[in-house]
Amino acid sequence: MKSKKLSFPYLGWMLVFTIVPIVMVVYYAFTDENGNFTVEPFINASDYSQVFLYSLWIALISTFICLVLAYPLSYMISRAQEHKQKIIIMLIMVPMWMNFLLRIYAWVLILQNNGPLDMMFNFFGIDIALIGNSGATILGMVYEFLPFMILPIHTVMSKIDNSLIEAASDLGANKFYVFKNVIFPLSVPGIISGVTMVFVPTASTFLVAQYLGGTQFMIGDVIERVFQSDHHTGSAIALVLMVVILGFLVFMNKFGDEEAVGV
Amino acid sequence: MKRISHKIYFGIILAFLYAPLIYLIAYSFNDGKTSVWKGFTFKWYVALFQDAQIMESLYNTLLVAFLASLIATILGTMAAIGIYNFKGGYRSAIQNVSNIPIINPEIVTGVSLMLLFTMAGTMLGFEMGFVTVLLAHIGFCTPYVILNVTPRLKRMDNSIYEAALDLGCTPVKAFFKVVLPEIMPGIFSGALISFTYSLDDFVITYFTRGSKFQTLPVQIYTMTHQRINPKANALSAILFAVILLMLILINIRSSKEAKKSRT
Repeated sequence: MKSKKLSFPYLGWMLVFTIVPIVMVVYYAFTDENGNFTVEPFINASDYSQVFLYSLWIALISTFICLVLAYPLSYMISRAQEHKQKIIIMLIMVPMWMNFLLRIYAWVLILQNNGPLDMMFNFFGIDIALIGNSGATILGMVYEFLPFMILPIHTVMSKIDNSLIEAASDLGANKFYVFKNVIFPLSVPGIISGVTMVFVPTASTFLVAQYLGGTQFMIGDVIERVFQSDHHTGSAIALVLMVVILGFLVFMNKFGDEEAVGV
Repeated sequence: MKRISHKIYFGIILAFLYAPLIYLIAYSFNDGKTSVWKGFTFKWYVALFQDAQIMESLYNTLLVAFLASLIATILGTMAAIGIYNFKGGYRSAIQNVSNIPIINPEIVTGVSLMLLFTMAGTMLGFEMGFVTVLLAHIGFCTPYVILNVTPRLKRMDNSIYEAALDLGCTPVKAFFKVVLPEIMPGIFSGALISFTYSLDDFVITYFTRGSKFQTLPVQIYTMTHQRINPKANALSAILFAVILLMLILINIRSSKEAKKSRT
């Protein structure tokens, strides 16, 4: 029990399968085929800066939509009776257990030309492409990751002591003030973890855009494509993505800590 | 959720989450490949079970998930105990490195492992396949085991272990008699999470599988990428049924346990 030795196999494992691979990404990003130092991969990678910004933009919008949809829902769930809450959370989690490609594929079937939604729109004389654009990608992202927003916000909200809300009302706060001064500040940690849990996978995911977005790929798709032929440029893009995501996480963490102190 | 407006909103979100899955499953019984209903059939299910490739990938998926979760559970439990005995700075440094596979974008983990395995492969003369996928899966499962076991260790009263030693237990015996039962729930949930993550993983498997080794998520990708394949619908229906069955069983078990603890 007192032995550190038990962790040695895993420390060795981390060295080989966590640290060395990342060092290799860094190495490939800064070398050419002959192993000489160069920043060429980053220059090549800059061709994809548009895609990169597009991915962050899509992630931002998707995260925002998830937050807007999930926040009131989480609040409603947290005010229900406890045994009902369990069932509702279960209902929200079931689709998450389904393979993510099949869930995206379901939307391909629904949105495709001559699919059910397309025919319905045509029936009303509206002729717009439902698939192969940013809107479809965002829809897919929201569908994939909405539960990741609902669960953490609900967890935090269900822990809010009802007597706090009652006390605020007794002291004369109307519903808006109760929300602004009691419920919202207490739910901030849930919002922060929800935003993190949706933004990170949305920005870095691949295939959703390939299935739904037509030719507008996201950065994950680009990494996959580029890696098929050029490990150096691929590594440079992957490295930039990793640094941006880690920076985002550090930022959210700092933000969360300050908020927690404020409450 | 007393108000009608709450119920309606909740209904809309549930419809959004479930309608695509229901549509997907309904069309697994369609005797045609388009969204036009051509009559009821089981032929896609027959085709699915006759597809040797799909059956082989199912076997591969289960084998990898079983082995990866087993090894990750042992490795992770040992690691958690060992890391727990480190002090302050070292401990948090190790934990941070251990969390890298969880916080890093999956695609970056995937390509970094691909770089490692390709280089090791050329040096040692092997190709990516079953073993590399298994190693990759152990790599992303173990941190979850550690995250589940560590809180149990922290909650444990160390004096019980010391008492066992004082009463003449060998450290090994004391571990199996005292520590293990105490941290068992954490080990169990770590193993369960590992198993389900391994079953469902596409991205990391995709980059570490080489050219021949197939798992079910990879097979789903080949089936659904840029085309419509009703066999994927049939597979969705089966997976959905399995998920529901498992969740119902888990719920019955936990409610029975809850009743037991009440009496």
